[in-house]
Order: sequence, then C-alpha cells, then structure tokens
Amino acid sequence: MGKVDRGITALTRGAKRYSLAALARQALGGHMGWPRAWRDAAPRERYQVIIIGGGGHGLATAYYLAAVHGIRDVAVLEKGWIGGGNTGRNTTIIRSNYLWDESAALYEHSLKLWEGLSQDLNFNLMFSQRGVLTLAHSVHELKEMSRRVNAIRLNGIDSVVMTPAEIKKLVPIIDISPNLRYPVMGGFFQQRGGTARHDAVAWGYARAADDFGIDIIQNCEVTAIRRDGDRVVGVDTSRGSIGADKIGCVTSGHSGVLAAMAGITLPIESRPLQALVSEPIKPVIDTVVMSNAVHMYISQSDKGELVLGAGTDAYNSYAQRGSLPVIEHMLEAAVELYPIVSRVRVLRTWGGIVDTCPDASPIISKTSVGGLYFNCGWGTGGFKATPGSGHVFADLIARDAPNAIAAPFALDRFESGRLIDEHGAAGVAH
Amino acid sequence: MLLIPCPWCGPRDESEFQYGGEAHKKRPADPAAADDRAWGQYLYHGHNPKGLYLERWRHAAGCRRWFNVARDTVSHEIVEVYAAGDLPRDAAARAVHAANWRRAEEDG
Ligand SMILES: Cc1cc2nc3c(=O)[nH]c(=O)nc-3n(C[C@H](O)[C@H](O)[C@H](O)COP(=O)(O)OP(=O)(O)OC[C@H]3O[C@@H](n4cnc5c(N)ncnc54)[C@H](O)[C@@H]3O)c2cc1C
Ligand SMILES: [Zn+2]
Repeated sequence: MGKVDRGITALTRGAKRYSLAALARQALGGHMGWPRAWRDAAPRERYQVIIIGGGGHGLATAYYLAAVHGIRDVAVLEKGWIGGGNTGRNTTIIRSNYLWDESAALYEHSLKLWEGLSQDLNFNLMFSQRGVLTLAHSVHELKEMSRRVNAIRLNGIDSVVMTPAEIKKLVPIIDISPNLRYPVMGGFFQQRGGTARHDAVAWGYARAADDFGIDIIQNCEVTAIRRDGDRVVGVDTSRGSIGADKIGCVTSGHSGVLAAMAGITLPIESRPLQALVSEPIKPVIDTVVMSNAVHMYISQSDKGELVLGAGTDAYNSYAQRGSLPVIEHMLEAAVELYPIVSRVRVLRTWGGIVDTCPDASPIISKTSVGGLYFNCGWGTGGFKATPGSGHVFADLIARDAPNAIAAPFALDRFESGRLIDEHGAAGVAH
Repeated sequence: MLLIPCPWCGPRDESEFQYGGEAHKKRPADPAAADDRAWGQYLYHGHNPKGLYLERWRHAAGCRRWFNVARDTVSHEIVEVYAAGDLPRDAAARAVHAANWRRAEEDG
C-alpha cells in the first residue's frame, strides 16, 4: 500500500485559518469576528459535478474533487443539514482490521488519511487512536480471530491477539470470570484504531471544500434525477432544477430512493441501527471494546458518556428509530460484561437508517446511466471510511474509471459473484 | 416495535417473528437459461422503497407459518396481512405490486 495523495492542503493561509495567533486575535475582539466556516450558498443553474448527500462521505468527495483533481465547479446538495444523517448518529469507531485484501486496502487507505486529516483540513477532528479491541467468546471465535489477525498482518496492518489477562489490564471494568454466559476467551486489538468527533468531520470537510469555492447547499432535497437518453443532465430539487455533467449519489440509507429516481435498482436494504449514551461519569474506559457474539460495543466520550452500540433491526425501515428489544438485548450483554454499568442511567437512544449490502461491503461504482455514480452500502460501518471513501469516489468521478482500490467494489460483483464477504469483520461491529 | 397480526395466532410481538425480506420475488423460471445478470437481479437486487412495502414474515416462535405483509416503511403501519402466494387486496398495495420491476420484466 503506497503513499496516499492527499492533494493540496486546504486553508494553509488567509483569514479563515485557525491558529493560535487567530485565537489570540479573536479573543481581543470578544470572539465576535470569526468568519463563517462555510458560505450559505444558493444553487446556481448548473455545475460540472453535483454530489447528492451532505454527509461525511459526500463532503469528503467534494473536497477531494478540488484538492486532488482540481475540479471546483461542484455543489453538495443536502436535504437537511450537513452531517444530520448517519455521520452525526454514529458511534465513531475507526479501524482497518478487515479480513480480505480488497477491504484491507480500502480501510487502511482511509486510516492513513485519518492520521493527518486534522492538519489537512485545519480543523480539530479529535481523532484519537485509543485502540479497538474485539472480544472472542468461544474457542471457535478465538481460533477464527487468530487466523484473521494473520491475514490482517500480512497486509501490513497492525493487530495482535490478546489473552483474557491482558484484556483485563487494558479494560479494568470488564468481567473475565469463566462462569459468564459468554465468557471472555481472548480478543484482538488494533492500536491505530480509535474514534473521532463525528460532527467535526462533516464541518471540517465542508469548511475546506467551501474554501475551494465549492457550494454547500443545505435544505435542498433532490426529488428527481433528470436524464437525456442514457446520460444524466441534472436534478430537480426543492430549490429548483440544477444542471450537471456528472452526479455522485452519497445518500446512505436513502440510496434506494435515489436509485429509483434514476430508474435503477441496488442490492441494498435500509435498516435502522441504534446506539445510546449514558449519563456522563468519570473516566472508566479509555479504549473501544466490541463484541460480535453478544451484539454490543462500548467506548467513553470525552464528556464522560458511555457510548454503547447495538445491532440492526431485522426489517426494512426509514423511520429513523429502532425497536426496543434491540436495545434491551444489547444492555443485557453490557451489564453482564461490565457489571458497573448496571447502575448507570441511559441518557438517550437514537437510530439511523443504514444501507446494508448483501456482502457487508460498500458499493463504489459507475452505473448503467452515463455520468451517474453511487457510493453507498457502507451499512453499519462507514464512518471509519469517510476520508478514503471520498478520496477514491472523487477519483472515480473525475476519471470516469475506478482506481485499483475502488475497482473491486463496483456493482458488477453482484453479477460476477466476486463478493467481498466481510460479515465476519463487519457483523455488529463497526 | 411492531405488533404483527399473524393470520393464524392473532396480534403478537415482533420478537416472535422472523423477517423474510421482499415478497413476490420470482426465481428465474428456467434456471439454466438465466444469465448472470438475471441471477444477480434475483439474488441481490431488490425494491427498497420509502413507503409501502410488500414483505414476508414467519411466525417463528408461534405457528411457524409464512405470510405476506403490506407495511409502510416510514410509519410502520401494517396495511394488510395476506397469504403467501396471494396478491394484496388493498389498492395502494396492489399498485406497489404492479409497479414492481420484477413483475414488469417477467409478466409483461
Ligand atoms: C447508530 C449508528 C452507529 C454507527 N457506528 C459506526 C461506527 O462506530 N463506525 C463506523 O465506521 N460507522 C458507523 N456507523 C455507520 C456510519 O454512520 C455510516 O456508514 C456513515 O456515516 C455514512 O456516511 P454518509 O456520508 O455516506 O451518509 P450520511 O451521513 O447518512 O449522509 C447522507 C446524506 O444524504 C442526505 N440525503 C438523503 N436523501 C437526499 C436527497 N434526496 N437529497 C439530498 N440529500 C439527501 C441525508 O440527509 C444525509 O445527510 C454507524 C451508524 C449508525 C446509524
Ligand atoms: Zn402464528
């Protein structure tokens, strides 16, 4: 895996640059003089490229179109507010320890971009490589994990197998006694994994894209994709019609809706995925721990809230909320593994609509319609891929051809049978 | 949280049921003649509408029988429950069935 082309670094100078000097200057003015992070752009008549969906992936795509490919005649159309979709609802776990070579290349590409992204964007993403631990609860799972770790390491990605004693040292609140229903038999750990501030990722990319002259247009819902024969020519939106040479759809849970507008189908089902936070408590866990077998994972935010994630609901939904049994199931596991949480109160629960794909891998692809591209199917685990996804998708749109990292993720794998089955790596775990 | 009216056992909690995905999917009539595209469409592609959806459910922890449900994927309202192999009677559900790309392709 070679060096990543990060493109022109945004906001290296000028009044908008955040720095210690700028902070001091603004402090003197009572912080009343900070410039807008991005303009409140109104749609123009046409653009070279329209990105539908102002989540992290869409905004990253727009940014890399400008930073790496010099394409600045771009608009990002967002039906609500940027980052209000899954980008702002996820539990922010970042890692690259996937099994197959294709996934390893994609997620590691992303992790490398994360490791320098705050500097690239001149925005504090609070990227924290606090490590991600995945537990094994049976002998079989542990053996499978060892095999997985070997595959991951062969791809040059850091991962180690851990014993229960090592896990107890890393995570003192965990119960490793052998009489649990699902005892901790071991686990594997990626130190370079961790978390980041989700909103900051959307805001950082938006601000940097705006600095290149890209229009970030909020409250602008795409209602139709216009075609001339088998090519796209533009979109109809709640703020009028807008022309475009190329259109990139990055709408996660709503990808099926956008596909229907374009008259195509996708191998994607939209399902609710839920998470919750507890009331804030003192620091008790400084890493991320996931467990596929019992469907839960846990970390602690900088504010002190325990962040717990569950599995998806079993049925299709766009309701932006999930069922209570899923939360109950996850909390049962949480209380068993981390007995101290039984006395902590839940602050709030929420759901996001995720775009699940049959092989638990994303779709980064051209379509049968000329100039129309889809980036979707990230399902329960796309936050970690935000920079890499935007980077390779911008490349696909700019060159109208996939690069080596994106190529295996094209739609034609559902006809050729070359699926990239990451259910083991993705499972519940994100 | 759904309360699903099983045609045989009456209204039961969603956790008693297993989901079967999109209803009315048709396996290629002549499997040997179907090309990769046809198989890809049948196996993986589907309708994923925001609104009324025709889907299959099984009362796994009850009578264990399969049946079809017409349900709105936004409000979760169950508009109709009908037997596997039947068509819905509700007009809106019928319209969804008629607009299904698989039917359009295979039944003309
Ligand atoms: C509870 C939960 C926990 C998760 N945890 C993790 C995790 O720990 N780690 C991880 O890697 N991933 C996680 N994920 C998955 C991750 O959040 C997503 O894969 C990722 O954020 C997708 O980003 P996106 O930019 O593609 O989509 P989104 O952020 O959803 O952006 C899509 C945007 O498209 C907009 N849109 C939709 N339709 C239209 C339209 N017609 N016109 C205009 N705009 C439109 C939406 O409003 C939305 O803002 C989690 C998801 C959830 C719900
Ligand atoms: Zn029954």
